[in-house]
Amino acid sequence: MTTLLNKDTLTHLDALEAEAIHILREVAGQCSNPVLLFSGGKDSAVLLKLAEKAFRPGRFPFPLMHIDTGHNYPEVITFRDARAAELGERLIVRSVEDSMARGTVVLKTPDESRNKYQSITLLEAIAEFEFNCCIGGARRDEEKARAKERVMSFRDEFGGWDPKNQRPELWSLYNARTHKGENIRAFPISNWTELDVWQYIERESIALPSIYFAHTRPLVRRAGSLVPITDVTPARDGEKIEDVVVRFRTVGDITCTAPVESTASTIAEILAETATTTLTERGATRLDDQQSEAAMEQRKKEGYF
Amino acid sequence: MSANEHLPLADTGLLRFTTCGSVDDGKSTLIGRLLYDSKAILADTLNAIEKTSQRRGMEAVDLSLLTDGLQAEREQGITIDVAYRYFSTGRRKYIIADAPGHEQYTRNMVTAASTADLAIILIDARKGILTQTRRHSAITKLMNVPHAVLAINKMDLVDYDQAVFDRISAEYREFAKQIGLEDVQIIPMSALNGDMIVERGDRLDWYTGPTLMEFLEAAPLAHSEVPEAFRFPVQFVCTADGNDYRGFMGRVESGAISIGDAVKILPNGLSSTVKSIDLGGRELQRAVAGQSVSIQLADQIDISRGDMLTSADEQPRIEKQIEADVCWLSETPLDTSRKYIVRHTARETRAMVAGIAYRLDINTLEKHEGAKLSMNDIGRVSFKLQLPLAIDSYAVNRATGAFVVIDETTNNTVGAGMVL
Repeated sequence: MTTLLNKDTLTHLDALEAEAIHILREVAGQCSNPVLLFSGGKDSAVLLKLAEKAFRPGRFPFPLMHIDTGHNYPEVITFRDARAAELGERLIVRSVEDSMARGTVVLKTPDESRNKYQSITLLEAIAEFEFNCCIGGARRDEEKARAKERVMSFRDEFGGWDPKNQRPELWSLYNARTHKGENIRAFPISNWTELDVWQYIERESIALPSIYFAHTRPLVRRAGSLVPITDVTPARDGEKIEDVVVRFRTVGDITCTAPVESTASTIAEILAETATTTLTERGATRLDDQQSEAAMEQRKKEGYF
Repeated sequence: MSANEHLPLADTGLLRFTTCGSVDDGKSTLIGRLLYDSKAILADTLNAIEKTSQRRGMEAVDLSLLTDGLQAEREQGITIDVAYRYFSTGRRKYIIADAPGHEQYTRNMVTAASTADLAIILIDARKGILTQTRRHSAITKLMNVPHAVLAINKMDLVDYDQAVFDRISAEYREFAKQIGLEDVQIIPMSALNGDMIVERGDRLDWYTGPTLMEFLEAAPLAHSEVPEAFRFPVQFVCTADGNDYRGFMGRVESGAISIGDAVKILPNGLSSTVKSIDLGGRELQRAVAGQSVSIQLADQIDISRGDMLTSADEQPRIEKQIEADVCWLSETPLDTSRKYIVRHTARETRAMVAGIAYRLDINTLEKHEGAKLSMNDIGRVSFKLQLPLAIDSYAVNRATGAFVVIDETTNNTVGAGMVL
């Protein structure tokens, strides 16, 4: 019998890392055809590092997949492709624009955000490849509706999430069983906070797209948010375009991701800001969640990640 | 100001705790207070709840709004599921599993307690020990949560009277002794005013014990208190092209293992020694409970997912029939004529019910014979298993003594079992 020594106590990052590796291996052990969703964002960059820790020297027991809205920052796409090539793992890209061409995504107006339509393209890709588990980088601290999300979250044939009908999850005995057509969304970093993610990125020297660090960008100030001016998000009449030093805290579709003013150009500086920040990660930077307090819950019920 | 001044100090790990009590006991306010006073709440969240508080005509900010979750719950005004919250003090990271207190939600508390290192049982100082207090305490004991706090809240509503605290404490200690719940820390507090949560306040001077936060910061972490035998369920077998690497991947569930240690492989009973241990490409001399690693053995032995590497000296039992306390989680009652799947560590086996000895009334701890198990019931059930499992008693090892029951037709998780 062994008594652990004081020095054997895991730090919080060690404990979170061990839990995430355990979850990834459960996915590999239980699911016949999983996929890891890789957007090029910081949370999915962390997932890739954890997958390396879980499965190397072997290959990943799943491909990587990105659902591309066609409105991504080019720095993120460059990073995505470089990282997949470096790992030597297969990257699948499926595009919302293909769904639009097929007619399965119909925008209400040409400049409507495509972000929510990723759900449709994701479900089409799940059907195409018959994936029965999608591994994602969502965290419970991101948003109220996620606080009750399971680590292995069951979705029915329509990709729907029913908050009242989720499988109980006890100990670390995850249940990823599915029937044909159903699937599991697995969230290995459920229990991480934004600060944990940045601390881990620093500890493991994880590379990120350049837009996470301070840079100068043309933008306008609109309704309390900083809105970057790009081809798909032009300035409106009467708005004043400014060059501002900013960084992104989350990345996603250009039309719904806003940066914050910051001069943090290293991970250490970002960590310092994160530890003292006064706004939640999504509060200032996700233009889509602010619509209503229940906005995220509604999107999740419709199959959003 | 350097970056590091803001960061957590050399940290003392991760503590998971659960809070049991009802909305009436001020549980949401307690959690809100912990988050608020440990500065885990950011400005936009606070603005939102300030607005809501004003809209509802309240004078102070209603901290309980912080833990309000889903739409349905907001509509009903009660918590319907386990919600997870996070905060960090700089020394420790905390995960709160917040379970609702109403009677019909026993299964939620069982779920929340299953991963908890510590349980906070909340009571209203005006009401004292209620049926639900007994239920929460019994579940804390049943789930073998290592540490417990009885939080006597709303002391502000009894004029911070020590006599009230003493009376409730004495009664609770008597009850806790009866059910075998040891070492319960009893703390008087007012979550509303913030007394004895993070700050001591100046209204409970007669109390000399720790504040809730002091107690949380000092609580021993899992696996650190009593000697444990090495248990390592194999989750995945790693082979790499082009070399002869054959790693058994899993998490050390208890104890520790070093290179050169003798191990038994269960259920086949073969022996070998540890050749290498690695974590993400980094070679380790030793791995300890909680770590996810990859282990190579000195001998070529056929091992697959669901097998277990264990200490050579202290092995679990190999059983094809198990007796357990089972909490039923599903709206469809346990059907003794059906077959189920039992998932234990990384192994699944088909199982049938050999018998239900009794159903336990969790409020009175009375045993009812000849019973069936419906949702939220707890009972003593024996199962016959198709494949053998390597098990320890749940009282000794929460990882290798626990299992879930899965309905083969719906794939739902329908029961939670603790092996005797």
